[in-house]
Amino acid sequence: MLETRLKPLLEVKDVCQSYLTGSGETGALVLDHVSLTLKEGEIVGLLGRSGSGKSSLLRIISGLAKPTSGEVTFRGEPVRGPFEAVAMVFQSAALFPWLSVLANVELGLRAKKVVEQEARTRALKAIDLIGLDGFESAFPKELSGGMRQRVGFARALVVNPQILLMDEPFSALDVLTAETLRTDLLDLWVEGRMPIKSILMVTHNIEEAVLMCNRILVLSSNPGRISAEIQVNLQHPRNRLGPEFRQLVDRIYALMTRRKEPTYAGREGTFPGVGVGMALPEVSMETLAGLIETIAGPSFKGRADLPALADETAMAVDDLFPPAETLQLLRFAEIEEGDIKLTPDGLRFAEAEVDVRKKLFGEHLVAYVPLAARIRAVLDDRPSHAARKARFLEELEDYMSDDYAEQTLKSVIDWGRYGELFAYDETTETFSLENPT
Amino acid sequence: MSSRFVAFASLGRKALPNQFDVIALAVIFAGFIAIVHGTRGMILPLQAPQSTISLAYANLPYYALRTTLRMFAAIFFSLLFTFTYATWAAKSRRAERFLIPILDVLQSVPILGFLSFTVTFFLGLFPGSTLGAECAAIFAIFTSQAWNMAFSFYQSLRNVPRELNEVANSLLLSPWQRFWQLETPYAMPGLIWNTMMSMSGGWFFVVASEAISVGDTTVNLPGVGSYLALAIDQRRIDAVVAAILTMLAVIIAYDQLLFRPLVTFGARFRVELSGGEHEEKSWVIQLFRRTYLLRALIAVPAQLFKRLALLRLELPFHPELSAEANRWRERILDALSSGIGLLAGAWALWLVYRYVSTHLTFAELGQAVWLTSITMLRVIALILLASLIWVPVGVIIGLNSRLAEKIQPLAQFLAAFPANVLFPIAVVLIVRFSLNPDIWLSFLIIFGTQWYILFNVVGGASAFPNDLREAAASFRVYGLDWWLMVILPGVFPYYVTGALTASGGSWNAAIVAEYVKWGNQTVSAHGIGSYIASATAAGDYPRIVLGVAVMSVFVIFFNRILWRPMSRFAERRTRLD
Repeated sequence: MLETRLKPLLEVKDVCQSYLTGSGETGALVLDHVSLTLKEGEIVGLLGRSGSGKSSLLRIISGLAKPTSGEVTFRGEPVRGPFEAVAMVFQSAALFPWLSVLANVELGLRAKKVVEQEARTRALKAIDLIGLDGFESAFPKELSGGMRQRVGFARALVVNPQILLMDEPFSALDVLTAETLRTDLLDLWVEGRMPIKSILMVTHNIEEAVLMCNRILVLSSNPGRISAEIQVNLQHPRNRLGPEFRQLVDRIYALMTRRKEPTYAGREGTFPGVGVGMALPEVSMETLAGLIETIAGPSFKGRADLPALADETAMAVDDLFPPAETLQLLRFAEIEEGDIKLTPDGLRFAEAEVDVRKKLFGEHLVAYVPLAARIRAVLDDRPSHAARKARFLEELEDYMSDDYAEQTLKSVIDWGRYGELFAYDETTETFSLENPT
Repeated sequence: MSSRFVAFASLGRKALPNQFDVIALAVIFAGFIAIVHGTRGMILPLQAPQSTISLAYANLPYYALRTTLRMFAAIFFSLLFTFTYATWAAKSRRAERFLIPILDVLQSVPILGFLSFTVTFFLGLFPGSTLGAECAAIFAIFTSQAWNMAFSFYQSLRNVPRELNEVANSLLLSPWQRFWQLETPYAMPGLIWNTMMSMSGGWFFVVASEAISVGDTTVNLPGVGSYLALAIDQRRIDAVVAAILTMLAVIIAYDQLLFRPLVTFGARFRVELSGGEHEEKSWVIQLFRRTYLLRALIAVPAQLFKRLALLRLELPFHPELSAEANRWRERILDALSSGIGLLAGAWALWLVYRYVSTHLTFAELGQAVWLTSITMLRVIALILLASLIWVPVGVIIGLNSRLAEKIQPLAQFLAAFPANVLFPIAVVLIVRFSLNPDIWLSFLIIFGTQWYILFNVVGGASAFPNDLREAAASFRVYGLDWWLMVILPGVFPYYVTGALTASGGSWNAAIVAEYVKWGNQTVSAHGIGSYIASATAAGDYPRIVLGVAVMSVFVIFFNRILWRPMSRFAERRTRLD
């Protein structure tokens, strides 16, 4: 008895996962030798920004995906596919729109050949537990986002899993709804009214992780590695404004922005890939300019504490980090130990007129974004001063997946248009040096 | 609403025909030639069962019933084909490479031209029995319905949202359960819409395929189509009118009892989770929901189906996914299947070449190409003409929501009405006023298909956002500017959908419309349609093969060069959502 309590419920050993590039070859690492254990009675948070592979890790743990190497074991048994002891809650709830609430909850049981009568009783109990009484016959499209996610929870709980896996279950909800749902879930957990033994949740929201978890694993990006493990020993219910809570949040921000030593020459470290093959995040010019202005503004005067900046701009880690890191890549800002500081050029940008801004941005773009420089060079080289989009897309697909290649090119087009490095015509999908007159 | 559901194979694929298209084309035509060779060997003339058709009005309800039953038999086989062929294509990457180009080519083959082959084939299969003729008719309707249904289903299966797939995986659904609980429901709105469009188009074929003469063999099946053929033969205009009225009644019943209820039912399977969308109403559905007896009547099969769908039906073996070991096997199987495909294609190509070259000269190929060009010109001109008339009308109707609600169903109804029932009237007029058939027969091509343009444009205009209309009004955009900059781009994607459907139907209609009879009088226009039709009447198989092949190649290029870029453009530039 004691033995089983001390043994880990679930173990992830040395798991690696790689992207597939557009040509089907194995590309950059998404997860790099990740190991973790999950014990009974704890809520563990996987915290990381987008691109850290946290969702991939969750899918490997649930058996939905296979790792390139490494192994997942549940109570010592290797995991080879989806298995009954785990249940998953998805970000978008992922309900079957053609089934009623009751039928959605019952589906997992009926699939397992639980007889109709028993399935009905258990489903009604789960619906009751999660606070959906009275909505049994409703269809998903009649429900609000929060209610839909409750159905998602009921569907996961009804199969009596030992581990509940949650993939950012609150991030698609508005702030108030998310808070209600978190509190309700924590109440059920603390009071022991759910049959589950342990919860593993993926999140990009630092406060959410500190609010809910006993243990937080911070994943670094590119490739995803576990960079820190933090015990949270606060009593439930936790007070978001308490000094210990704030301290923890600050500490995690600092951890997540700690500057990495370059692993090898020429590597930027922030985004995956090197040189032209660097995968860029989807960040619009509006966001970049807005962020520079906010940091330069009266509240921060050129240097901002990231948690405070997140508060001021109402952005979560996932929203804030990509633009902040793009500014760092362009040398308009530096990020260090939870702070972001504008460089002299960043400050100049903030104060300049539109034309000067465009010129400055264009210069930095050519200097620090290799793909932008490559496009410009190709256009300068050719007598026609024109090049097809496909030419660059194919080049990118040697380094990364199709989706990332599209996204990267989209960002570069947006930035390049603003910096007037080149023109792009959507109808013909060509880059050129002429601006429409 | 309709533009989302259009299923058109070549849209998702590369613009110019590639080696797989050539293989598909060759294989299909080699198949037809093989049928001709096979049936040639049988004793000629074929034993065609003669049913006596009577022009008495009292027989019409019975004929209508037979015609309708033929239609339902065809839709049953179309669904069967959809669930197997499309599922296979969606689940097997290897099969997909061959199945989808074949589907694409089949979609472009004017199947009406091959009626003679299929009739000969099925008559040979069941000599002396009506069953052969019935099969031939049902097969003809099937070929008009199955391809776009299968393609819609294939597309839906490929586009099931990733998270829903993961839910099915994590709930450990078996393949059978996943098919009925996730994949089929997800594909439902598109499948229902395409089935309904197919059935609407099918009435045309059912009328055309009931009475057919190939050389000396004449086949008559009891039905409205045969009744009409006999009426034409005996120059009985009153019987033609009676047939038209009967068809009208059948289509109204089909529209009210089947089309509308099913479209309403299909709305339930839409994935977008926004409520409060405009809901289509159907009195039949209301009746079923409110009447206890009717509800109980469908409850039993519904319950039975639910149980069936929840069975696990596990396969006896589990495909183990050990990546490394499988990779080599996959590559070898890939190479093997490609090799077999290429060989089959090359052999088929050679077979077609040998057949055509032993029976025909190059001059005849030139003639066929020339005649197809004339028909193409006709199709283009008439689509343009119909667009000039129906786009403005459709826009005006669509912007008036109360009018649109009344006209939209009417246009859908008219699209379902088999225009070939009306052809004799046109012939009478042409003969009476001695009009030029090259010009006046052309209108028959677009007669039944123009409504697709109308109801799609009406749909587009009524979906046009009010914000944009108000913005245009507040910036005082009026007149020509308003048409060119505001509303035409707004309805463009819908128009493309409608025009594409209309053009596909028009090619098929050409075979019937360019060569029309009234008694022993034949009125024909120059074109590949009349070429195929007269070759059919003469039982001249090599010419039928040549005519249909040239026409198919034209249709494929027409779709790839004109419609596909237009759809892509509409998709990218003018989508409002």
